[in-house]
Parts: sequence; structure tokens; C-alpha cells
Amino acid sequence: MKKVYGSAAEALDGLLFDGMQIAAGGFGLCGIPELLLQAIKEAGTKDLTFASNNAGVDDFGIGILLQTRQVKKMISSYVGENAEFMRQYLSGELELEFNPQGTLAERMRAGGAGIPGFYTKTGVGTQIAEGKEHKDFRGETYIMEEGIFADLSIVKAWKADTTGNAIFRKTARNFNPPAAMCGKVCVMEVEEIVEPGELDPDHIHLPGIYVHRLIQGEHEKRIEKVTTRPAA
Amino acid sequence: MPWDRNQMAARAAEELEDGMYVNLGIGIPTLVANYVGDKDITLQSENGMLGMGPFPYEGEEDPDLINAGKQTITELPRTSYFDSATSFGMIRGGKIAAAILGAMEVDEKGDLANWMIPGKLVKGMGGAMDLVAGVGRVIVVMDHANKHGESKVLKECTLPLTGAGVVDMIITNLGVLEVVEGGLKILELADGVTEDEMRAATEATIV
Repeated sequence: MKKVYGSAAEALDGLLFDGMQIAAGGFGLCGIPELLLQAIKEAGTKDLTFASNNAGVDDFGIGILLQTRQVKKMISSYVGENAEFMRQYLSGELELEFNPQGTLAERMRAGGAGIPGFYTKTGVGTQIAEGKEHKDFRGETYIMEEGIFADLSIVKAWKADTTGNAIFRKTARNFNPPAAMCGKVCVMEVEEIVEPGELDPDHIHLPGIYVHRLIQGEHEKRIEKVTTRPAA
Repeated sequence: MPWDRNQMAARAAEELEDGMYVNLGIGIPTLVANYVGDKDITLQSENGMLGMGPFPYEGEEDPDLINAGKQTITELPRTSYFDSATSFGMIRGGKIAAAILGAMEVDEKGDLANWMIPGKLVKGMGGAMDLVAGVGRVIVVMDHANKHGESKVLKECTLPLTGAGVVDMIITNLGVLEVVEGGLKILELADGVTEDEMRAATEATIV
């Protein structure tokens, strides 16, 4: 059971095909699988559908795949930081399916947990609910949302052991665990790979069963909005 | 004098009670954190954190530690981190006592629009639809009129909704309104604002 690969390109070898659906972790630029996204750009895979909370910025994150027109459709909750995204969307080159953020997270979690659909109050009475099944439970109306079953998950963690048991750091965890769970295959990039036993089993955030391939690399970890308070 | 941004935030902070877990939106709602005083309030950031601390000092920014507005923040001794599915589980599950958020439009039925202007602004709803559907109490803080001087407190929202019948209270520069059966009730007027002025500035039915 070899999970550790030498590079992002090696880890993705044989997994990419045109028209595939990819679930990606990250929130804004925090905790995004930046090395795997770069490798997908270099592989040139086309007509991709991404389930990802955001679309990066123009020159980082999923934004780099928008520049090369490799993305056909985004399933996201917020795309406000990306001018090229907006241009492609308004000109009809790019499809966009808005999902409320919690609905997107739960669709990933559900897909990974073998749940094809679930009911939620989120979006009832809004355009998100149009065309979806409505059902009353305990006197309130809910809509049905479907689980996401992606062809591939790409995620980023802080540390993992060679069996894929992973730990995230602070708010960089975000969508990474649910995204990891919902793909047929999950490729994870980390800042440090350690030997089994070096991570406390009680502190594992994502068990290695969800992680099929693993790489270690240098991360830029760009900050989207540096915000500080005056010195004391 | 109508309230300024800070006075609106201070008034919103009065609605928070000791022990509450609260989610604050971007803009004026963020300022509410400056006015909670001695109350023990835990702030949730929906990207996966309870116990959000203040912005870091220069040089102490951590790319792995941001709020839902993507700004760098800090942690507190009480902080916990979790994934997005868990975060929205606690939101959808009603564990968050209140959300304070901005709006483009609110109407007398408690409908809220704050996520898109068709053909113009298409950024997405982020976590707003989940928050208004799930939290205990939804408090909107916004200017009473838009930049064209038109009322944002309407009989019926014209923009795509974020949630239907979800708003409990509206705090504007003119005062405080509560959503009740049949319309809005004036709870409070900003200093120097008369009831007639509030009514004239409000398109919604005031009961």
C-alpha cells in the first residue's frame, strides 16, 4: 500500500481525464491544494467541473485553471474575488452553480458518507429552492439537496503519516475533510510527511482510509487580505 | 442625529446576552465585537472556528488563520477549530444563538436580500443562506436608505432572497424595528429622529 508519491504530477498520474468532476478543499486561498492545482494546469486536462467553495483569485488557486480555460463549471458559494471568473461567467464561457456554503459542505460530506440526498431548511423560499423537492418535517418546509460524488478529491493538510492519517492546522481545515471524503480517489498534499506512530491517534482529523495518494511539498500559502491592528 | 456605523454596532451589541455564541457578518456587523463590553460572547467564524480573536499585530499574520471575510485574525484560549461541514452543522442545527448581518433589502415579512443583484453583482451567498435559515435570531444592521436615498426597508424585497421570513430585528441609522405580525414595529428611534421621519423613510408597513 504505497501512498507517498514524489511529486504532484506523479500523484495525479492516471487519474485525470477531460470532463471529470473534482472536489477541492480550501476556503478563499486558505488551505487550498496549490501544488495539485498547478499540476492539473500543467497536465492540461479540460472541461473540468470543480466543487469548491471559491474559485481562487486571478493568479492563484483555481484561478490559474480559469486563465487556461480548463474549467467548464464551478459549484461554489462565493466567487467574488476573481475578475477573470466574472468575465468568463458573464460572457457565458463558464457555468456556475451557486450552492449555499453549508449546503455545499454537507453535499460533500453526504457523498462521502454514502448519502445520495438530504433535506435542509437552507434556501427555502429563495431561487436556490426552484425545481427541488420540498417536504415538510415537524411543521417546517425543507428542500432536498444531493450528495456530491466526485471523480477526484484534491485536498491540503498540514501533516500526515505515510498511511494518510492527516492533521490540519487552524482554519486551513475548512472544506478539506468533506472534500477528501466525497471523491472516488483522494490525493492530498501536505507540508510534512511523518512515520506512522508519530501522530497521536487521538488527534487525527482525517483517517487515512480517505487518502489514497500523498505528496509533500513547499507551499506559498498566500494571504488574501492581510489585516492587522495597531501596535499596542 | 441619526446613528453612525459605530452607534449602530453598539446598539446591536445590546441585543447580545452573556454566554451567547454569535456569528457576525462583514461590514458594520464586524464592529459589534468592539461593543460587547463585559459580556461573555463567543464569536463563530463559519469557515471553521469558535472563539475568534482580534486582528493580529503586524508581523504575526498566519495564512492558516483567517475569518469568513478572508482577513487574518487570531485565536483565544477558548478557541476551537473544525471543518466546514461541522461548522454549518452547528449553524443549521440551531446552536448559534444569533447572527448579525448586513442587507441590501429587508421587507415587512422578514424576508432578506443580501447576496445578488441580477446582471450586476454576482458574487454568491457564501454562508448567509445557511445562517439565516439556522440561527436562533437574525438581526440586520444596515443604512435605512440606499445611496440613491430610497428605502431599503420595503413592503416586499425586489432582489433575489437570501431567506424568506427569517429576520427578527432591523437596526438602521434611524432606529430599531422589530418584525411582528402584519409589519414592523418601532422599538426605538435614534437620538433626534422623530417617528414621522422614521415612517417617511420606511416603505414597509409600520404597525
